[in-house]
Amino acid sequence: MSRLELSVRLRRGAFALDVAMTSEARALAVFGPSGAGKSTLLALLHGQWRPQAGRIVVGGRVLVDVAAGIWVPPQERRIGVVFQDALLLPHLDVRENLLYGARRGAWWRRSAAIGLDDVVDLLGLQGLLKRNPQGLSGGERQRVAIGRALLANPDLLVFDEPLSSLDYERRREIMPAIVRLRDEGRVPIVYVSHAVDEVARLADEVLVLEQGRVLAQGAAGEVLALAGRDGMAGQFGAVSVIDVVVRSHDERYGLTQLAHPAGAIAVPGVVGQPGERHRLLVRATDIALAVSRPRDVSFRTVLIGRIRQVDLPEGPIARVEIALRGHGRLVALVTRKALDDLGLDVGDEVHALLKATALDERSLAYAPRVR
Amino acid sequence: MNESQALTEALAGALTGAVSEPLLLSLRVAGLATVAALPLAIAVAWVLARLKFPGRSLLDGLVHLPLVLPPVVVGYLLLLAFGRQGWIGGPLEQWLGVSFAFRWTGAALACAVMGFPLMVRAIRLSIEAIDPRLEHAARTLGASPWRVFVGVTLPLALPGVLAGAVLGFAKSLGEFGATITFVSSIPGETQTLASAIYQATQMPDGDALALRLSLVCAGLSMLALLVSEWLARRMRHRAVLS
Repeated sequence: MSRLELSVRLRRGAFALDVAMTSEARALAVFGPSGAGKSTLLALLHGQWRPQAGRIVVGGRVLVDVAAGIWVPPQERRIGVVFQDALLLPHLDVRENLLYGARRGAWWRRSAAIGLDDVVDLLGLQGLLKRNPQGLSGGERQRVAIGRALLANPDLLVFDEPLSSLDYERRREIMPAIVRLRDEGRVPIVYVSHAVDEVARLADEVLVLEQGRVLAQGAAGEVLALAGRDGMAGQFGAVSVIDVVVRSHDERYGLTQLAHPAGAIAVPGVVGQPGERHRLLVRATDIALAVSRPRDVSFRTVLIGRIRQVDLPEGPIARVEIALRGHGRLVALVTRKALDDLGLDVGDEVHALLKATALDERSLAYAPRVR
Repeated sequence: MNESQALTEALAGALTGAVSEPLLLSLRVAGLATVAALPLAIAVAWVLARLKFPGRSLLDGLVHLPLVLPPVVVGYLLLLAFGRQGWIGGPLEQWLGVSFAFRWTGAALACAVMGFPLMVRAIRLSIEAIDPRLEHAARTLGASPWRVFVGVTLPLALPGVLAGAVLGFAKSLGEFGATITFVSSIPGETQTLASAIYQATQMPDGDALALRLSLVCAGLSMLALLVSEWLARRMRHRAVLS
């Protein structure tokens, strides 16, 4: 898979971006609070801005090398961009918009290029082709924008907060298409977002930016669990990402049972097929801790693990990191008082209780297929 | 319909040689001035709207100069520059055999210069109204800057371009000071409607002719307005349909 190498510096007024990273992820998420420099980083990647210093290499192709005087113009970068507000060409209809890049991109087309029909199928654009962009809903526009970028047959597809201007229903309409794209593995994806559930759902790898600098980079489950620790407190809610396998459906209660070495997990709704690998997102605020396996509580999910780290910030809330039995890491937020009352500390075995109602279908995402 | 019929008849009655000659000449001068100035006006408007460079305000001021200078001054400067002995006109005639002095093309040049700021203004505004990120999006799809200009910027700026053309044409029809200073008022060569009216008012029995010419002028201006309105409506319509 193509390798992304970035080391760039840019200063604009009071804002300074200084990022050096490499990634071979199929889906890399760039994550961080607004103003962290995520979109700036993307703008450097797709050639909207020039860095003052640095290099950008995509799949072995040098796009920018300030020292060597190389700056490949945007139209030759083969980077498809899905902008936050779609940016469809208003004087063309949907079909013409879709084909705009396909025509222009003809010279770099390879035999495996995706066709208009494939894109229409993949993104459900049937019936929209003759419409004009002004008449489309936000979700439809965004799907056309994705199709347009794909049809230009790029080496890399970048998304700049594509869902942030959409409501929940529209997001649900688009996310599966992006997940499918990732799984088809046609083109590597860089996905910029400040929404933790989008990132957890999509990314193999996460790059966390803050104030123009890299705060962390690594596998999604590892990096997202870091929230609330070190300098990352309060910037986003800590989330744990756990790899699970669908075990069975409980038709009678309308639950899905998920298997994990640390314990069985019940999720409301009938999700996935038995045997399928999924990712489960758990918010740190949705977990309760117990010293022993509790009885007589409504929690249906109890995961066993060992406390690996406890962070005690100034405030009343402590952050507890638990290494789950088998694999995975769980982050819980509990009061300092609770920790002291229970006498919990690093190395202790602990039972983490997950409230099933806090886990809905949004919490479950298809795990990327094994490469 | 009746009013326009009456207008047509009045126009037909007025179209004797003394009227038709300056009328046709005016249309020719204004047409050439508009067609010749439009590409340059689009280019300058794009530069002013999209590029940041030192000397941008200087260019902006230069473009607007004919708007604030007395037309006589513009005509005189044109005479100095493009006259037979002028620093541009001299070499032009010597090397290319092209002359503007006392020719209808000179009248067109004067009109083009006078109408230029109006054209640039209208076009620039419409280019500035286009989201530059749209143009960048087109480039990420593989379009060169030139293709982006032709395929995205220009079509989106079309209302402004047409408005600029109509404004420039109307301005050319009414241009008087710069034209008469630069190329005088030679019947059949440089005597446009405006200068013919002026000439008629200077003649002892020219009132009737001046009035007829003025009516034609008013009719023409009205027509230009109607055409621009129709174009604007048509484009709004297209924008909704497409």
